Amino acid sequence: METSGNPSVFLLTVNGQIEGANFPDYDNLYCKYCYVYGHDWAPTTGLEEGITQITSKSIQSHRLIWNFPLETTFKSTNPSGWPQLVVSVYGPDVFGNDVVRGYGATHIPFTPGQHTRTIPMFVPEPTWRLQKFTGWLLGRRPEYTDPKVVAQGEGREVTRVQSQGFVTVSFHTMTKDMKKMGYDTGPSTPSAVQSATSGWSTEVQSYAK
Amino acid sequence: MASSSEIREKLRKKRRGLQDSLVKNKNDDDAQALVPSAKFKVDKQPTAMKKAEGNDEDPGETLRRTLRAQRQRRKKTLLEQSLVQESHDAEDAEDVSIAQRCSANEGSSHRADDSVISTRPPTGSQRDLSVRSEHSSSSKHLDTFVTKHLQEKLKAARSKGESLQQQEAAAAFTKPVSRLQRLKNRDAVTRFDREVDPVSAGRHEDPLSLRSRVKFREAARRVGKDLPTAEEAYNFFTFNHEPAQPSQLDRISRKRQKRREKVEEDRDEDGQEEAEVEEDAEAEEDNQDQNEYQSEEAPLVRNEDDLFIIDHSPQDFVEVRKAEYVAYRKRIQRDRELLFTPSFQTVPTSIKLPENMKPRFLEDEGLYVGERPPISLTNENILENRILKMAEGNKWFGDDGKIIALPDPIKESSTRPPLFHMEGELDPALQTVHRKPLKSKYANMYIAGAADPEGDYQLDVDVSGLIFSHHPLFSREHVLASRLAQLYDQYLSRQHNNLTGHLTDKLNGLRNALRNMVKTHGEQGSSEALQQRISEYSLEVRNTRQLRDTEQEKDRTLLKSIIKVWKEVKSLREFQKFTNTPFKLYLRRENVDRVLDEREYEGEILAEVLEMEAESEEEYQTKLAEYKKQLEDWKLWKKKQKAKRKKKKKKKKGQAQDDTEEEEDQDGSESDEPFEEGPVKPKPPDRPDVDSMEQWVREKASRIRRKPGEPILIPELSASGSITSSELCPRAEIARREDVSRRSLFIKILYNYKEVSRTDSRSLSTDFRVHLGQIFNLKILNCPQSINLQVFEEIGSSCSLLAQVFVPVPDPSVVTGSAPMEEFEFSSNQRVMFDHEGVGSDVPLSFEPDGSDKLTLLTSGKLSCCVSWGIGEEGVPLAPPVSQQPGATHSGRGHLDAVSYIGASGLYDMKKIGEWATQSRLDPNDPKNTSIMQLLKVASSGEVTAPDYFRLEHLQEEFNFVTDEEIERSKRFRLLSLRNQEAPEFRNYKFVPLLEREISDKVFQDYEKRLKDREIIDTREHLDPHRALVAKYLQKIRESVINRFILTKHYYQLSDLVIEEEIPSIGILGINLFKLAESKRPLKPQRKERKKVTAQNLSDGDIKLLINVIRAHNIPIRKPQSNKPGQSSQSAIQGSDWYLNQVQVRPFVEVSFQRTVLQTTTADGPNPSWNEELQLPFRRLRYIEPTVAVLTCCKPARRYNARCSVLASSLVDIFLGWFTAPDGPLNKLQPLKHLLLSRRAGSQDAVLHKPVEGPQAPNGDYSTASLQSVKEEVFINIFDEVLYETGPSDKERTTSIHTQIEKHWLGSVKIPFSTIYSQSKIDGAFKVNTPAVLLGYSREHGSNSVYDHWRSTHGGMFIRLFITIEPQLVPGESVREKFDSQEDERLLQASERFVKDAAQSYPDRPCITTVTDLSGKTVFITRYIRPLNPPQEFLDAFPNNPQEATTLVARFVSLIPSLPDQVSFSGTCDLWSTCDQFLTLLAGDEEEHAVLLCNYFLFLGKEAWLIIGTAIPEGPTAYVLTHEQSGYFIWNPSSGQFYDKDDTFCPLQTVGCLVNSDNVWYNIQENPSPLSTHFDITKANMWKPFFSRSFSHPGLSSVQPEELIYRHTDRAAAAELQDRVEKILKEKIMEWRPRHPTRWNRYCNSTLKQFLPKLELGRGQDVAEGHRLELQNLLGDYRIAGFPLHLPFSEIRPIIEAVHSTGVHNIHSSNVEFALAVYVHPYPNNVLSVWVYLASLVRT
Repeated sequence: METSGNPSVFLLTVNGQIEGANFPDYDNLYCKYCYVYGHDWAPTTGLEEGITQITSKSIQSHRLIWNFPLETTFKSTNPSGWPQLVVSVYGPDVFGNDVVRGYGATHIPFTPGQHTRTIPMFVPEPTWRLQKFTGWLLGRRPEYTDPKVVAQGEGREVTRVQSQGFVTVSFHTMTKDMKKMGYDTGPSTPSAVQSATSGWSTEVQSYAK
Repeated sequence: MASSSEIREKLRKKRRGLQDSLVKNKNDDDAQALVPSAKFKVDKQPTAMKKAEGNDEDPGETLRRTLRAQRQRRKKTLLEQSLVQESHDAEDAEDVSIAQRCSANEGSSHRADDSVISTRPPTGSQRDLSVRSEHSSSSKHLDTFVTKHLQEKLKAARSKGESLQQQEAAAAFTKPVSRLQRLKNRDAVTRFDREVDPVSAGRHEDPLSLRSRVKFREAARRVGKDLPTAEEAYNFFTFNHEPAQPSQLDRISRKRQKRREKVEEDRDEDGQEEAEVEEDAEAEEDNQDQNEYQSEEAPLVRNEDDLFIIDHSPQDFVEVRKAEYVAYRKRIQRDRELLFTPSFQTVPTSIKLPENMKPRFLEDEGLYVGERPPISLTNENILENRILKMAEGNKWFGDDGKIIALPDPIKESSTRPPLFHMEGELDPALQTVHRKPLKSKYANMYIAGAADPEGDYQLDVDVSGLIFSHHPLFSREHVLASRLAQLYDQYLSRQHNNLTGHLTDKLNGLRNALRNMVKTHGEQGSSEALQQRISEYSLEVRNTRQLRDTEQEKDRTLLKSIIKVWKEVKSLREFQKFTNTPFKLYLRRENVDRVLDEREYEGEILAEVLEMEAESEEEYQTKLAEYKKQLEDWKLWKKKQKAKRKKKKKKKKGQAQDDTEEEEDQDGSESDEPFEEGPVKPKPPDRPDVDSMEQWVREKASRIRRKPGEPILIPELSASGSITSSELCPRAEIARREDVSRRSLFIKILYNYKEVSRTDSRSLSTDFRVHLGQIFNLKILNCPQSINLQVFEEIGSSCSLLAQVFVPVPDPSVVTGSAPMEEFEFSSNQRVMFDHEGVGSDVPLSFEPDGSDKLTLLTSGKLSCCVSWGIGEEGVPLAPPVSQQPGATHSGRGHLDAVSYIGASGLYDMKKIGEWATQSRLDPNDPKNTSIMQLLKVASSGEVTAPDYFRLEHLQEEFNFVTDEEIERSKRFRLLSLRNQEAPEFRNYKFVPLLEREISDKVFQDYEKRLKDREIIDTREHLDPHRALVAKYLQKIRESVINRFILTKHYYQLSDLVIEEEIPSIGILGINLFKLAESKRPLKPQRKERKKVTAQNLSDGDIKLLINVIRAHNIPIRKPQSNKPGQSSQSAIQGSDWYLNQVQVRPFVEVSFQRTVLQTTTADGPNPSWNEELQLPFRRLRYIEPTVAVLTCCKPARRYNARCSVLASSLVDIFLGWFTAPDGPLNKLQPLKHLLLSRRAGSQDAVLHKPVEGPQAPNGDYSTASLQSVKEEVFINIFDEVLYETGPSDKERTTSIHTQIEKHWLGSVKIPFSTIYSQSKIDGAFKVNTPAVLLGYSREHGSNSVYDHWRSTHGGMFIRLFITIEPQLVPGESVREKFDSQEDERLLQASERFVKDAAQSYPDRPCITTVTDLSGKTVFITRYIRPLNPPQEFLDAFPNNPQEATTLVARFVSLIPSLPDQVSFSGTCDLWSTCDQFLTLLAGDEEEHAVLLCNYFLFLGKEAWLIIGTAIPEGPTAYVLTHEQSGYFIWNPSSGQFYDKDDTFCPLQTVGCLVNSDNVWYNIQENPSPLSTHFDITKANMWKPFFSRSFSHPGLSSVQPEELIYRHTDRAAAAELQDRVEKILKEKIMEWRPRHPTRWNRYCNSTLKQFLPKLELGRGQDVAEGHRLELQNLLGDYRIAGFPLHLPFSEIRPIIEAVHSTGVHNIHSSNVEFALAVYVHPYPNNVLSVWVYLASLVRT
């Protein structure tokens, strides 16, 4: 590692957890996550990908709780390609086939501090109705070739998706040497602890409670 | 008693009704349900309070006490009220009629007034009842006690009630309100009564009650009609809500209940049965009372009761009832009150406007009113009605009484040109004809050798130099000097034009003429015409005089300012004590004759004065005439006024006296009469003052003219002065001069915004002039659009753009030589400031001592240059014809669109726009037209400059993060942008450092080198200048194609993003169902389709190459070694015995890929079977050649000899240097570093001989594109393992035996990785590439099997392989991009259809109809086929044997090196080059070979077709089919071999389609293999033609040239190449054998060399065993193993690889010797055939 006085990279540490999800129609879901980041980023410690346990809803609560910890540290030289967390939720359908229940992505918060993000989830739609039916029957829903697709904008115009539910993730981010490198991510005010999709979040959270 | 009984009856009923209604909840609204809860809240409070109070005491006791106290209090207060009510009840039925009149509304309002009386609160009872019902059973035992107690009470009440009744009767009339109220209440009662009726009627037989009941019923019936029951019920109950009353209400209810009880008790005594009936209810009430009175007995119960009440939730009281029916009319009425339905009647305008306003129509007043959008009248009316209802509804209406509306936004006419459908209606003559764009001559810029200079145009740009009129480095003196120079220039030019002189002459002439005119005709009386002429003349004279005066003034001021500036210069020079400029001003004095001068001067003045007098006189006359006229008018008016006034005066006597003085008169009239406008009395004009005029003329003359007698001053500016040398100057000035000397200037010439050349850089001279004097001849291909000269200033190494000068493109008539030099001014607004004497630019500067009068000077100057068209050899100007100039006229489309009317170019023509505007009668108020109107207004005012540009992103500069130059300068930005552009070097570059300083310049080295290499042709690597050129050219094509791919890569399809199952057909569904029943582990497993892996998920080591070596056939066997030639017969005798003992051959297979080498076990015999799977890892390697060399060097050096060790350690040092360099190529190899260090330290571990893996960064990606571009090949070599026993000589008799293993190369198969990748698996028998001669081996087999025999005679070694990649990679998809094409659209569509149909019916058969040519255009395939001439010498070689010529031609074609397109173009993009391109490039894949071969065959008069099919191992490929007498033959164009149609070993596996110049036939036969295919294309059931009767051949011309021209090959060059190759190979072999000395058997070398030409002559056929024998004879004592290798020549590298793969160098026997011979045979057009004879000799 370089000396702290003269760094050439900055570090971003993400701790947090995939708290849970809200999929009103589905149960017994599990979640996979991975990070998508640019060329100038590299994870130094921690898991880059993970898969949670299968969770089912209880009678009292309709929330699915995973509480799956995230702990990753990235190093980078360039804020371009800031890491994004990509989550994809899977679960069995009526026939017990494992199908995808949602894809979603969010940037890791820039500002240090605690953040909660509610990620709206969606799945690709079948091209036509018959396919929808056969897909349902055979348990072969359309899936993205790579879940990381949802973290990029390129080529998305060719797909149609359906919204599914929400996944809540909490982050505790820390950065090191960002300011030294000349990047000021601004003060971490309490107001910064806001959901990325604030338009959704209030509604959803109230719904969730 | 009657009344009391009535009361009782009523009360009972009422109570019952209440009870029923509350318990059953039959009749009530929802609102009622809410009532109890509200009530309970009220009730709760006191209880809670009580509880709180009695906290410390016994709660029950306290409660009891308080309740009792309350009760008593209530009794007192309410007794009276309730009695009043009772008396009301007692009234007779007459009152019912009054009640009828009471409407519900009225009733409610009244009730609100005295709610205390009116309310019949159900709550108390309800609560009590409900409570009691639960406790009734428990309280029954108290009955007896209660009765006794109540009896006493009742007595008292009865007497009281009677007395009160009487009182009430009297009071009843005084209280109408209460009476009404009472009636109201009674209504309610009746209602309840009626409903409860069936129950109560049967029970109570009391006649009184019956009577009253009948009456009530009647009333109820009537009332029920009018009064909405729900409403009543609502009112009835809602009043419990009255604020302030709750406790009272409670009390009332209780009171009443008690009273009722009493009444009932009373009755009980009379009729016992009634009591029984009502026992339950009474018991409840009793209970209550009991609790109250006898609380001691059950305090806890009481308590519980209260608690229980508190705990009750509203739900307990909610009951479900039927929906209530509301009469339709009522509903309508109610709706009417609530709802508003706007009418659709037209609203009168008066309502819509404010009062007393008349509608005002703006349109009539001439203001612009837009057209209103169309709305239906009804809708508008509805809207208006609705708006009017709203508050402030009027504001929605405009002055015209209509709703304010924006103008209709819909345009009347479509702005797009209409699209007519082509079918039908249109006149066929008018039909649009689509034409393909014509291919420009210059579009195909890559065609090699297409650059003939004919028809090129030449533009000569002569840049002679530039002069600065201001430069930041000017000193103050320079500023002044340049001003002086400018003034002087101006002076000179004025002098040259001599305007003043001209004007003076003209003036004199005019004067003379005028004088003459007056003189000659003056006397004869002036005619009208003459008068006219004279006045015209005098006017002319006046104008001329004025002009002359201004000119003279200018001259004078110019002269003055020259002198002034010169004085300033002089004073400045004196002040600063040095001179910077060489300027000197001389004033030449020219003395004049004073007298003459004076006379002239006076005469001039006189003449002028006279003229002016005349003029002013004339003016006076006209003015006077005007005055007179005005005076007349005034007088007339005056008279009228007077007349008027007189009349008035008569009326007003005794008024002020008329003084007849006008002024006074006027004043008077003004004072008392309303002011009347009238002409003011005109003043008579002044007479011109002649004296003052003369004065003025004289003044003017002295100002603008030389004084008489004053000498004429002629300034002369010379640059003869000396400049003070630098030593004498102050420091600041020296600094400035130094700065000047450091600067140099050059000019870039940009043609069409591309830099074409630049001048030499010339240093700036002290006088700020730069002489360049360079002429550039620009050969141009594109139309000239702009010629731009950019002036750059260089300071040290940095240069900055100073200014740009746009030079107009010259007319074609302007040619070099005749064009004059022109000066173009330029300036720059850059701000420059210096701390030395330089004044800078854009910096305020003052010459005044006080700093006032500041000037700001900008860098400016003049560039003199000349642009003209060059002149060709015959004096023809090399200018393009005018028609080629861009800019065409547009046809007008209509009146509405300005642009289409006047044409785009006309937009700048204001006249035309104005014309159009008036013609189309534009409404100037229409906002749509404002811009045009504005423009016209500005235009008519005179000055407008239509911009000759437009901007797309005019704010771009503001948004730019940094300037482009900065981005270019910053290494980091450059790196980032290059990565973003996906430049190959940086495509996957990771971790661009954050700081500039961390990026070393080396990062760009590769990139820059590549950029540079494009121009430089490196012959060193290619050994052949032609091939080097071709390689460069190929590189260029590749780059352009790659760029195209990078673009297309970013277009996604759904399938790229989403995995979606295809809809299964019924069949598949069935199979799926069938599969369910399938056994899990079948006995005969079948290959399943493996899951495909997308490449991006892969990392190093994930990909493996699986090679299954199954078996081989027909391997040559060893020949018995005979030491002497003569013994050969002898050994033959021993033959049978030898066969038994001797191993025939022990072959094994060695597979090498990326220098990883794996081998199978050794098998025995000529037809071995291995059945082994070899796994080779696949890595993306990047060979760093020197590294490999060093590492291979290191290893032996340490172990073996000291000399080498020294060498190695020094190499290691170099190597370490690479490591330690921060950004060296090997930075990633840190782990190796310590290995090296330890090696240097002498440690004995670690073997380094693997190739070094390159840095991961740039090439470590496994994307499809990068995998496709893997050029490596898999070498499958078959070796014979030979064991030699050496060592123990007979003399020593030791027991140890040394066995030495040698491997002898027998043959090889080469499979490019790209082929494996694109096909994902390769399965089949491969023909092993065997050398023509294999020394020491023979193809003759001892086996007598017929099959073997047949095969051996056929000659060929086969190996059966199965190759695949694990995991299965998704092969690159074909590019989806639709290339543009020059083919007819119909043809393209047809071909698309054809291919689609073909793919549907036979998906595994390739079908090609269109291909992409080198310029990226789609071309129909038949255009490629055309008979073309092979080199003449082939035809001449065998004039009598056409068969020989055929094979020779095939050989020639096969000698052109192959280069798969995938490798070069990193994508499955099949580019087809034409034959001449192919021969120029000398590289191409199978298709090009096949096309060329086919074309040759056609020329040779054969019937030939192109076969599009699949083959092993190439995959989809092209072969050639010929038809001869003996049958059909299939030619492999890449190897030159031909096969009979029935040959089972033909590599062609499927025949997809046949192509010749006329048609394409698609194979629709069952079995596509050539064995079973019938090649008779006329059979329609076997071959489906593309062009058929329905779609005939449109006569496509060929893309091939008419004739191929061949260059003769330089034999000397071939010989030279031969030597070089030999030298390189020898070096390489020695290099590969670093541990062993390599000895060359020179004798053998020369012998082998002699064989090679023979082999070439025999075209690789096994010509004879003879030469082997010959060799054997020559080298008797050696055991020889060797073979000739034959290759087409492309580069040196494949030759080295081929030699390396044979492994000859791996023989480590100590006494081995090598022999190597190279022969290069030249064919026409630089096609070279390379033979390498390799042999190892072991002395036996």
